[in-house]
Amino acid sequence: MKHILVIDDAATVRLFHRDILEAGGYAVSEALNGIEALEKSLQTDFDLYLVDVNMPKLDGYGFLHELRAREQPQAPAIMVSTEAGDRDRALAYAAGANHYLIKPVRPEALLAAVGLLLGESHAP
Amino acid sequence: MSDIQISEDDFLKFREFFYRKTGILFEPSKRYFVDKRLAERIQASGSEGFRDYFTKVRFQVSGEELQALINAMTVNETYFMREAYQFDCLVEHLLEDIVEQRTDAGPIRLWSLPSSSGEEPYGIAIHLLERWARLDDWDVQIISSDIDTEILAQARTGLYSARAVHHLSPALLAKYFRRVGDRYQISETLREVVEFTQANLADPFQMRHYRDFDVIFCRNLLIYFDDLSRKQAAESLYDALRPGGFLCLGHSESMSRISSLFRIRKFPQAIVYQKPREAR
Amino acid sequence: MGLKKPPTQTAATQDERRLPRDFKGLCQALEDDSPKARRWAARDLAAFPEASAALLARLGREPDHSVREVILTSLTRLGDATALAGLIDCLRSEDALLRNDAIEALQQLPEEVAPHMERLLADPDSDMRIFAVNVLQSLRHPQVEPWLIAVIEHDPHVNVCAAAVDLLGEVGTAAARAPLRALKKRFAEEPYIRFATDLALKRVGEG
Repeated sequence: MKHILVIDDAATVRLFHRDILEAGGYAVSEALNGIEALEKSLQTDFDLYLVDVNMPKLDGYGFLHELRAREQPQAPAIMVSTEAGDRDRALAYAAGANHYLIKPVRPEALLAAVGLLLGESHAP
Repeated sequence: MSDIQISEDDFLKFREFFYRKTGILFEPSKRYFVDKRLAERIQASGSEGFRDYFTKVRFQVSGEELQALINAMTVNETYFMREAYQFDCLVEHLLEDIVEQRTDAGPIRLWSLPSSSGEEPYGIAIHLLERWARLDDWDVQIISSDIDTEILAQARTGLYSARAVHHLSPALLAKYFRRVGDRYQISETLREVVEFTQANLADPFQMRHYRDFDVIFCRNLLIYFDDLSRKQAAESLYDALRPGGFLCLGHSESMSRISSLFRIRKFPQAIVYQKPREAR
Repeated sequence: MGLKKPPTQTAATQDERRLPRDFKGLCQALEDDSPKARRWAARDLAAFPEASAALLARLGREPDHSVREVILTSLTRLGDATALAGLIDCLRSEDALLRNDAIEALQQLPEEVAPHMERLLADPDSDMRIFAVNVLQSLRHPQVEPWLIAVIEHDPHVNVCAAAVDLLGEVGTAAARAPLRALKKRFAEEPYIRFATDLALKRVGEG
């Protein structure tokens, strides 16, 4: 089973994403900021990261930046943001994101993006 | 014990709150333990039920009840070689890393706090003597501090119950302890090499005297601080370390809620926090 | 070689004490070339009630992350009107790290930040309103629930409401029930709001 790390400081958002992903057949772990996500990513090989932008201590950009600096194979990452602007999208890709979703996320959009990045065709 | 009921949603709500406050996440398998402790605190604080109690914990300005709750949730038993995997990490990796980076031959400085009754600093000393071959090439200083002067006096005396030493092999017990009645006293040699001092980590002005450490053990202490004091304590620990020095927190603790100053290092035995080598 | 007892602790070494530890000396040390000296100065300045302006001025141009952290801690300890205004200004910063640090600092200042809350929650910029809700997260203040209810009743922006609902699940009481139900209706098309309000309703106790 593919394992996804959901990173968001809002508990409700983590639970929402967890529900969707578990229903889609994925295993889910949670982290509530970028530092905790870095810690957990050292302990577990995740297949994908679902990353909120705005978080305390270390935000989504900072997390991806540090993750991408590591010398090891990298799992894909989906950035989730409240911002719809081109600038924020560009920043996310520059930090190492592979996909960008705007909050609030829709379940079908999330599963489609995850399926795409994990090379699975997701029949809803 | 009582008829206080904690519902599934109460548990989840509490779990999230406690996680954010302390960094300790109770797995669903701990439900029974958590419910029991919560019920005890609800009763002891004279609250009417979970909801009433939760409001008190969350809004009480003094934070007194939160403190009591943390105490109840973190059963703090000290004994020799508690969480010893970190001592393994110390002798197998941290010290090697430090020695490799060293450009001078000055002493390697280790700090253990809180000292409590001394099990941790003496345990580190024993570990070094038994397991770190390069102790012959380096001077190592062990300093251990606590806020409580009575416990410091106990630590200096180094008398322990059979229970406190039950994780030590008979060989180690014979080598480093002397039997005194039904208790065990740590050898005079070890009592002489560990320096005990009174110190309050929450006091930044006192902390300025603690510096140039290579490794700090600060386990299960920060959880007792409020948010701001915890951040300030982390900043004091940062300044007490040499660049490249390591900070070991307790097994269930994480720096991730506290401060972004440290780098995360993964070793086979543990996650350890490092002051960046290039830090100035 | 081996285990050695350290010589008696020597008090403060020289490097961070080049300048006198009075207010003027510390303000000067805040401009020192060494980040370590600046950290110590920022930490010691927390003992001077008049230090907020100097700390804020340095914060604006301080390049070193570790020094900024200590400055923010000292500003939180000081918590006076100057510090507060400066921290609120940080919420508008383009620097996400500084912004998030300021949110955490403001969470520690419930009484001080309370008089500003209604203005922040009515800011024309929806990001500012989200940050304001984030400030409420750890705030120990009796007004938290009424503020959050006002947000979910009136704020037009779905993500501001989403942030408020997350928190209401933790602090909400029976008073939040009707507003949560109304919000669910207002954003009936949003699966996330549906999920979040249902969860919050369950937690505040559906009566």
